[in-house]
Amino acid sequence: MCQMLGLTAGRFGTRFLGRRVMALVTPSSATMASHGHGHADVSEIADMSKPMYCDRMDTPLPDRAYKDELNAADKTLKEKEKGPWNQLTKEEKIALYRLMFRKTYPEMKQKTDEWKTVMGGIFIFLGLTGLLVWWQSIYVYPAQPRTFDSEWQAKQIQRMLDMRVNPVEGLASKWDYEKGQWK
Amino acid sequence: MFPAVFRLSTTGARTLATRFRPGHTAPLASRCYSHAKVETDEEFDARWVTYFNKPDIDTWELKKGMNTLIGYDLVPEAKILDSALRACRRLNDLASAIRILEAVKDKAGPHKDIYPYLLQELKPTLAELGISTPEELGIDKI
Repeated sequence: MCQMLGLTAGRFGTRFLGRRVMALVTPSSATMASHGHGHADVSEIADMSKPMYCDRMDTPLPDRAYKDELNAADKTLKEKEKGPWNQLTKEEKIALYRLMFRKTYPEMKQKTDEWKTVMGGIFIFLGLTGLLVWWQSIYVYPAQPRTFDSEWQAKQIQRMLDMRVNPVEGLASKWDYEKGQWK
Repeated sequence: MFPAVFRLSTTGARTLATRFRPGHTAPLASRCYSHAKVETDEEFDARWVTYFNKPDIDTWELKKGMNTLIGYDLVPEAKILDSALRACRRLNDLASAIRILEAVKDKAGPHKDIYPYLLQELKPTLAELGISTPEELGIDKI
């Protein structure tokens, strides 16, 4: 149910590769064993076989508390929680909340500036593509055929009019042959 | 039903018309409604109150119950929430109790009058159990 947050990109990227390709890409088991936790590429691997925490408005109580490792102060607070809650101070109640949850509902609902990143990224890539297309039109496209010249086009249309191309509803029907101009 | 139809057809169209004049075109049983019993609101509430009232409810059941309840297209009644808050007390989980209040406020959405009503209904329970509302703790604002 909880979204898969905190997952390193590397794991997901390799999911779609075939097994043989994986064997080539991943280090051999010998080197893996010797490295242990010393990987330079990953900082923290989420153990997806255990219950995970998530901040979701439709899941008020996630599978796991936010803070798992409690220091001595937290543990004494947890002990105090077993007694009457009227005896807890406001700060203690907030501390208990923060042990269990990372964000409050208002914090979850907070708007972010992510849209600016997204739009910025879109425009950057559109811009780069535009530059690429411009360069391509100068250095890649062959010379334009002479039939594209405006002189040639004019003569072409004149010939089509002389031939009475599409005289009923098309080209020639739009030309006024008496006045020698478009209708 | 079928023998009756055959008898009517042999007597002719006119008899058919007179028989069927009252204007009912189809007997009720042939309409395509489900025959399942619809649970009433009271039954729904009672079911959930019973669920959270289980004396030895465990953490998983509380979480599953709350997450399922919040998934429904409704704001739970005060009595269900009261039962859930007491379950939190049995599990020594104040944080979840406060979270439930937050979730219920969120469920009400644009209907701003539901949450204050629920708090008013739950006031005795909140006082008895010592549960502070998010507003009292100041965590309802960023």
